[in-house]
Amino acid sequence: MRLVLNIWRQPASKAPGKMVRYESANLNPDMSMLEALDVLNEELILKGDSPIAFEHDCREGICGSCGFVIDGIAHGPIPKTTVCQLTLRHFEDGEELYLEPWRSRAFPVLRDLMVDRAAFDRIIAAGGYVSVAAGSAPDGNTIPIKKEDSDRAMDAAACIGCGACVAACPNASASLFVGAKISHLGLLPQGQPERDKRSLSMVSQMQREGFGQCTNIGECEAVCPKGIHLDVIARMNHDFIHANWNSRS
Amino acid sequence: MQLDAKIPSGPIEKAWDKAKFEMKLVNPANKRKHQIIVVGSGLAGGSAAATLAELGYNVKCFCFQDSPRRAHSIAAQGGINAAKNYQNDGDSIYRLFYDTVKGGDFRARETNVYRLAQVSVDIIDQCVAQGVPFAREYGGTLANRSFGGAQVSRTFYARGQTGQQLLLGAYQALERQVDAGRVKMFPRTEMLDLVVIDGRARGIITRNLVTGAIDAHVADAVILATGGYGNVYYLSTNAKGSNCTAIWRAYKRGALFANPCYTQIHPTCIPVSGHYQSKLTLMSESLRNDGRIWVPLQKGDKRPPNEIPEQDRDYYLERRYPSFGNLVPRDVASRNAKSVCDEGRGVGEHGLGVYLDFTDAIQRLGRATITERYGNLFEMYERITAEDPYHVPMRIYPAIHYTMGGLWVDYELMSTIPGLFVIGEANFSDHGANRLGASALMQGLSDGYFIIPYTLGNYLASTKLDEVSATHPEFIEAQASVANRTRQFLNSAGTRTVDSFHRELGKLVWDDCGMSRNAPGLQQAITKIRDLRDQYWREVKVLGNSQEINQALEKAGRVADFFELAELMCIDALHREESCGGHFREEHQTPDGEALRDDEHFSYVAAWEYTDPAPVLHKEPLTFEYVHPSQRSYK
Repeated sequence: MRLVLNIWRQPASKAPGKMVRYESANLNPDMSMLEALDVLNEELILKGDSPIAFEHDCREGICGSCGFVIDGIAHGPIPKTTVCQLTLRHFEDGEELYLEPWRSRAFPVLRDLMVDRAAFDRIIAAGGYVSVAAGSAPDGNTIPIKKEDSDRAMDAAACIGCGACVAACPNASASLFVGAKISHLGLLPQGQPERDKRSLSMVSQMQREGFGQCTNIGECEAVCPKGIHLDVIARMNHDFIHANWNSRS
Repeated sequence: MQLDAKIPSGPIEKAWDKAKFEMKLVNPANKRKHQIIVVGSGLAGGSAAATLAELGYNVKCFCFQDSPRRAHSIAAQGGINAAKNYQNDGDSIYRLFYDTVKGGDFRARETNVYRLAQVSVDIIDQCVAQGVPFAREYGGTLANRSFGGAQVSRTFYARGQTGQQLLLGAYQALERQVDAGRVKMFPRTEMLDLVVIDGRARGIITRNLVTGAIDAHVADAVILATGGYGNVYYLSTNAKGSNCTAIWRAYKRGALFANPCYTQIHPTCIPVSGHYQSKLTLMSESLRNDGRIWVPLQKGDKRPPNEIPEQDRDYYLERRYPSFGNLVPRDVASRNAKSVCDEGRGVGEHGLGVYLDFTDAIQRLGRATITERYGNLFEMYERITAEDPYHVPMRIYPAIHYTMGGLWVDYELMSTIPGLFVIGEANFSDHGANRLGASALMQGLSDGYFIIPYTLGNYLASTKLDEVSATHPEFIEAQASVANRTRQFLNSAGTRTVDSFHRELGKLVWDDCGMSRNAPGLQQAITKIRDLRDQYWREVKVLGNSQEINQALEKAGRVADFFELAELMCIDALHREESCGGHFREEHQTPDGEALRDDEHFSYVAAWEYTDPAPVLHKEPLTFEYVHPSQRSYK
């Protein structure tokens, strides 16, 4: 199988970048998109050209390391699929594709298809947790939790922090990511004591990082490889407003 | 060298309590004066870093990924064991202990395993309190399932993403400490050497993977939580970045490496589809609870699976192991898959696969129940293979998944270098020669949340440490040697890529030190590995420079260490003239092909000391006072 890959090349954060065209002929429909880049990189190295830098680790869609834009769609055309699990059988032989890094002020490009997503860690550090020191927990069955609540918390907790939601949003908003964590913890009894504080500090941190505002476009949900639902943003807004109200009284 | 495992005396049920009481404590006001280094941010490292910071220590935590949340623990699917006995089905701490010692084929240390079973119950409580969304029953209590060779339901799970949820719990606790200023996090930073001063671990040398800066970090103690070395095989279920460099550097600085040949092959992975394959994908073992494993009765039967009638199928696990059936432990399931494929009865294009069939389960339970239990796994399978497992049986084949071997540690999880602790998969301690399903998550969190906080304190409180700085000659020497090694790769004007060497090494180790081993194969592998390693240093081609993001350079260093480790694995496998757990020596089997241990001669931990040119073997004898060694039988 053959593909024409136009790939964003940028040697370093501050250096200018450009699209470069590569033809890759030694591909196979069962390969993943990342394996296609592996093959291309081996060819580049043997020719003395610098290989394409891209982020990846588990290659089974759970670590959240990988991700780039293919023909304008974060993680490419197949729903609920990260680029590491996107097989070439979804493309035509000879097809021409455009691969770009996530574009957002809060995610500066580090090199080629790699971006810096440390902003996500800082948002979690601002309040995306339950404060409980090791050893202080009561028995796991002390507080019964409705199965429906637990299941909905799990739906939100499935977020892998890849950043596709930000890349897809015209405003580069991180609301789906932040809403997912606020929903996950806010749906559980263990998350209640810090619920107000959490939404206030995580939302403020998101704004400080330079992410845009949510205007209910829904591109984030469309590209989310874990199918996180827009509901989580409604829940974030609800909790944020509620917490603001509470903090006044 | 005399290995002292520091096992507490007295009854095993009291050992951990007794040890905890006897351990010295660090005054709360003095904890912040201690700088601790944690390398790795998975379940073991993340939980250790967070917990030590909660206690008041100053922690620096390092990971090579862009965020601590990416550590490979995240990919664990099935679950985590705990002896809660919520199901009232006969579980207990003693039973979990018993199952783990037996499952490890009597090659683990009893007292360590007992402690693991004890602590398991606290882990679940801790994780629930953090907001880990474990599966629940309609009444609101925690749900359990039986898993991988256990006859009680003691596995807690969060859909097929248990590792992810537990890791996020630890990661969030870690980030909380980052925010509080008690942990300084170093993502995209790789440890490349350990610094030992006056016989004690006093720091590490790292490379910043963005700028290329090589830095020295001084500490009072170093904790390695860097995971396993399954990627020595190139193709494994490990993440691409998982590597042995941290533990290998520590080994070369004097830490003993225990049981390197104990590697675990997971029976349910998606088979290899081509030479370009970069990794193998695991399908959770929980699938074996409802799926039935079979191959055609006749070799060369190329009919599609649905056209093969019942009488022409061989449900070989159910036939050979009537009491455990499809739920036999991993090593047994894997070996049997290999043997039916070796007989020519394997399925799929390359004949390296067996069917895992859900037809009966769908008929019995309905499609909705199967979707509820395994929906995400079925989707993942279809995404990769383009086959729908609701209608066509899955094809699976064993793949390297976990390494039971690792750096030798005593009961306090300290290596043979004082001040160097090793936790999680990186140590050798609790699983013997075979790990049971849902036990890795348990061990990682047990080490990090509940054991290291005590044992580290004991070391610090009972040790007088001199002030050292990064200008100490040992730091300067280590820093220079790391820089020199980096230069060597960049200066080599070779003709082959790092990956091409890694693939060749992996195939070699898989063929001769994989699912089954024999003396001639291992001897030959040792020679071949040495030759290939020499060739590697001459002919590897790494472009670019060291002052930039250079992923090929990162890989080059890791593969160089894999070469050396591969040789030690083969040396260990060759010396162990018995079969046990994941280590199957063809020369040592029962008449019906089961692993045959030799307790008289090999009931010990093989701990290797690095010396040039050949490693030296030290033995820690294993004694079994509670679980009497017997031949494991799952028939």
